Amino acid sequence: MSANAMRANARRGSFPTSKVLWTVVGWLVVFVFFFPVLWMWLEALKTEPQAASSPPTIFFVPTLAEFQEVMSGDFPPFFINSAIASLGSTFLVLVLGLPAAYALAIRPVKRTQDVLFFFISTRFLPFAASLVPLYLLARDLHLLDNIFALAAIYTTINLPLGVWLLRSFLLEIPHDLFEAARVDGAGFLTELVRIVIPLIAPGIAATSLICLIFTWNEFFYAVNFTSSTAATAPLFLVSFISGRGLFYAKLAAAATLASLPVLLAGWIAQKQLIRGLTMGAVK
Amino acid sequence: MSAVAEMGGARVRSAASLARRDAWLRRLPLLPAFVYVILVTQIPFALTVYYSFFSWNLLKDNSFKFAGLANYSRLLTDESIRTAVLNTVVLTISVIAISVILGLAVASLLNSEVFGKGLMRTLMIAPFLIMPTAGALIWKDTLLNPLFGLLPYVLTPFGLGRVDWINQHPMAAVVTVEVWRWTPFMMLIILAGLQSQNPEVLEAAKVDGANAFQAFRRITLPLVRPFIELGALLGSLFVVQTFDSIFMLTYGGPGEDTTNIPFLLYLVAFQGFNIGQASAIGVVAVILTTIIATVALRTLFSIFQVEARR
Repeated sequence: MSANAMRANARRGSFPTSKVLWTVVGWLVVFVFFFPVLWMWLEALKTEPQAASSPPTIFFVPTLAEFQEVMSGDFPPFFINSAIASLGSTFLVLVLGLPAAYALAIRPVKRTQDVLFFFISTRFLPFAASLVPLYLLARDLHLLDNIFALAAIYTTINLPLGVWLLRSFLLEIPHDLFEAARVDGAGFLTELVRIVIPLIAPGIAATSLICLIFTWNEFFYAVNFTSSTAATAPLFLVSFISGRGLFYAKLAAAATLASLPVLLAGWIAQKQLIRGLTMGAVK
Repeated sequence: MSAVAEMGGARVRSAASLARRDAWLRRLPLLPAFVYVILVTQIPFALTVYYSFFSWNLLKDNSFKFAGLANYSRLLTDESIRTAVLNTVVLTISVIAISVILGLAVASLLNSEVFGKGLMRTLMIAPFLIMPTAGALIWKDTLLNPLFGLLPYVLTPFGLGRVDWINQHPMAAVVTVEVWRWTPFMMLIILAGLQSQNPEVLEAAKVDGANAFQAFRRITLPLVRPFIELGALLGSLFVVQTFDSIFMLTYGGPGEDTTNIPFLLYLVAFQGFNIGQASAIGVVAVILTTIIATVALRTLFSIFQVEARR
């Protein structure tokens, strides 16, 4: 569709047929992909008999009963553990990652590329690489089923990503600003707190949201390093596998609640999502 | 005379020490992150390599014995390990291939003149954001369940009404759920590539008489190729580690039909407590991943350089 033809169409006040066609096709595809999420929400708003009926119930009076059931039951502690693990590790990523990103972006050391390469390579080290020794260490230190130990492990998952992302945001700050601050005699910490942090506040927010996405949904370490007191939201869902009896509505309500923080974070950080997923390579 | 020389020497020395001080000041902010990463990833990895040469079962007292390469030779002969490697390869290649193709198609749709692009994109990324364990449960119990699931009901007119997907076609079920999750990821990366394209070039091609397919093949595809490669490589680093959906959907079964390397590691380490064998599997997983990661990083850096040149 050329610009001229589009203008001609606009003049005639009619929609180009190809645009309508592709819109319909596009929405069909999106519907197929979004449908399991929609279905999860619908199931969550049903009663148990409606959720496990054959043929499936399409028309029903929505009820929040299952959400209330999940929230008043044993779900909240799992949710709180997830919050502690993700927020705690995100905070640590920022505390450790911001100075490192600053060093790599603003005052590059000799082998900056190598250091960056090293950080990112640890992101791609499979969990198989360090799982067994970390487990033995946690066991010997009595840190199994400890939510702070889990947060410490999550920090290593996100630290390389945090360093790369924060660096990519820092590179966008005009260099003159740092030079001016240094002439004024600002030390490293002053520079960091008074200039860097305010300037890349949006970048810090985006990095935090990306870190949240990766830690909130994490399952492998959670299932192996926690059992009861420190168990996180994904582990609450495991209790539905054994499935004695049918609790589809409750299951859907729990799945909806467990997924909610990351869904919201991802939608809010949509513009930064690609950047976060590609370590800042694609903007 | 000598006093002057001494002063000069002192000045040189202090300049050198200042430079050294400066170099350390530059490195200092790096240290906390650096030390943390080494402590929690590199040292444990070194220990994994060390343990892989020992026979050690946590359930047996005093079983820690040097075993040489026994754990590795067992990797070559053990049937379940070969199955796991094969399953990992099949799962990764099919998920990446299908989700790249679908992701490219959806990205092209979202890059064309359609109504409601923003909302389409927002809804489209939802499968990637949904907690994988939650997504797998929803698929297993409310969509694929042969008695109450929606899909068997919808497929009844086609004679597929009572197919038990999870048990009869376990790998296809896992691949489906993973493709559902990774297509949005590919779509996002490829869409970014498509949007970096100058629309005037396509216009010019059309003026020169190229049809839509030719324009796509000759102009668009070469441009988004690095983005497709990046998506495929980063994606495969994640998909190689698939654990959540296998745990929830099939628990590696039936038999060992969907047991991949991470799931086997989980079984050997945390169900069998065979630390030596699990460590050897870990080392092999690292070698496999490093091969993919090296290529991925090269692609990443080449995109960075293109971005920098802009």
